[in-house]
Amino acid sequence: MAQERKRIVITGIGVLTPIGLTKEDFWDSLFNGKSGAAPITYFDTTNFATTFACELKGFSADSYIDRKTADRMDPYCQYAVIAADQALIDSGLDLKEIDPLRIGVVHGSGIGGMTTYEQQFKTFLERGPRRISPFFIPMLIPDIAAGQISIRHGLMGPNYATSSACATSLHAIMDAYMLIQAGMADYMVCGGSEAPITQMSVGGFNSARALSTANDRPQQASRPYDRDRDGFVMGEGGGSLILESLESAKARGAKIYAEIVGVGATADAYHLTAPHPEGLGAVNAMKTALKIAGIAPENIDYINTHGTATPLGDLAEISAIKTLFGEHAYKLNISSTKSMTGHLLGAAGVVESIACLLAMQHQTVPPTINLDNLDPQVDLDVTPNTPKKRNIEYALNNGFGFGGHNGSIIFRNGASL
Amino acid sequence: MTQAEIKDKVYDIIVSKMGVNKDQIKTESKFSDDLGADSLDTVELIMELESEFDVQIPDEDAEKIGTVQQAIDYIVSKK
Repeated sequence: MAQERKRIVITGIGVLTPIGLTKEDFWDSLFNGKSGAAPITYFDTTNFATTFACELKGFSADSYIDRKTADRMDPYCQYAVIAADQALIDSGLDLKEIDPLRIGVVHGSGIGGMTTYEQQFKTFLERGPRRISPFFIPMLIPDIAAGQISIRHGLMGPNYATSSACATSLHAIMDAYMLIQAGMADYMVCGGSEAPITQMSVGGFNSARALSTANDRPQQASRPYDRDRDGFVMGEGGGSLILESLESAKARGAKIYAEIVGVGATADAYHLTAPHPEGLGAVNAMKTALKIAGIAPENIDYINTHGTATPLGDLAEISAIKTLFGEHAYKLNISSTKSMTGHLLGAAGVVESIACLLAMQHQTVPPTINLDNLDPQVDLDVTPNTPKKRNIEYALNNGFGFGGHNGSIIFRNGASL
Repeated sequence: MTQAEIKDKVYDIIVSKMGVNKDQIKTESKFSDDLGADSLDTVELIMELESEFDVQIPDEDAEKIGTVQQAIDYIVSKK
């Protein structure tokens, strides 16, 4: 069945993360096991259970977007627009040569403009409803990033956001892949972004008991698979990919990072925030992706896991991998790059997909850092603390969100296409 | 507040909200055509004037404020 489908490849990457504002710096940090965590500078953390996060460092929207335009965007939207700019440039696409109706954007956010919401709600409380900015709604809504990217570049094809919490940008990539296969577009900009380091968001995730509270050691706090993990570390940023058909990429001589060979999306149908204990939804998502790819589990070399460092979530995913991959689970390399970037929520899927693409390009598995004492229930090779040279032909990326949304995507190394 | 002070403040508001330099603003500049304001920018500008000068500008008055001079004149008439 795979031969009837249009083959879709990735020809452009844009990424803004707490450990690098370009794909080169991002890879350099992944390779060197650098943590992006530090005390929060965006607000006064007095009385917060968690006082640190992975903020973008050395970032100023003004160096990418003119001031008036940037002022009318929530940070989440700025990150999306900048990542998309980078990806379009990286792809080498000449937009003047493309029918604008044939290029679209699917760019998501798990939360949307939380900073904007807080600022405007404060204005409302202090000064009344007539002082709410006319830009409040268009800055708040999680689809406006897709709209802004289209306006900036004149892209008139399909345009919307996905929103599935921490699986958001994986679903955005899947939708973009399906839109090209369905013949609705020839090129897609896809990805996601998040700017959740705000008082309400940190406070809310604290109340849900989801965040690490290791305030005395921020850089060691994100510790997936470690015995002493105590929750995720919040991160922010964005990522964007350019998708097109293999045929189109070859015809224009584009650099091909990878082919998207399989995608899977399922629901746990179990609990609001807790994962299914045996990772049933995750098994099903990975199984679907393998089936669409038409490959055996033994073909997968590397899995970039969801691996947020919550006590339950990490074990459920490991259990899912063992269920599906059997003996091969012990031959795979697995890593959670969230140990370095923190958890970028809606942007996690695309940023970690980019980690997979760069890992394939460099034939190196990025490590899971902060692994001092491996959880005895985790007996797989989670690539502790140092990167590992490995020929990666197929890489799989998982992302799971509150609500029980699961996404899995399988990439095939572009070097062999 | 003198007319010159009002003019200065109006110019400052335009600079901060419209992303233009002070030397690009003339009293006869139209917010929409010359300073690039869209409908939401205009609403925001009126709100800033209300806030800065502590006046209420009803929508029917706001519709008549199309140029920098008209904004200054309106504020002067209310002060």
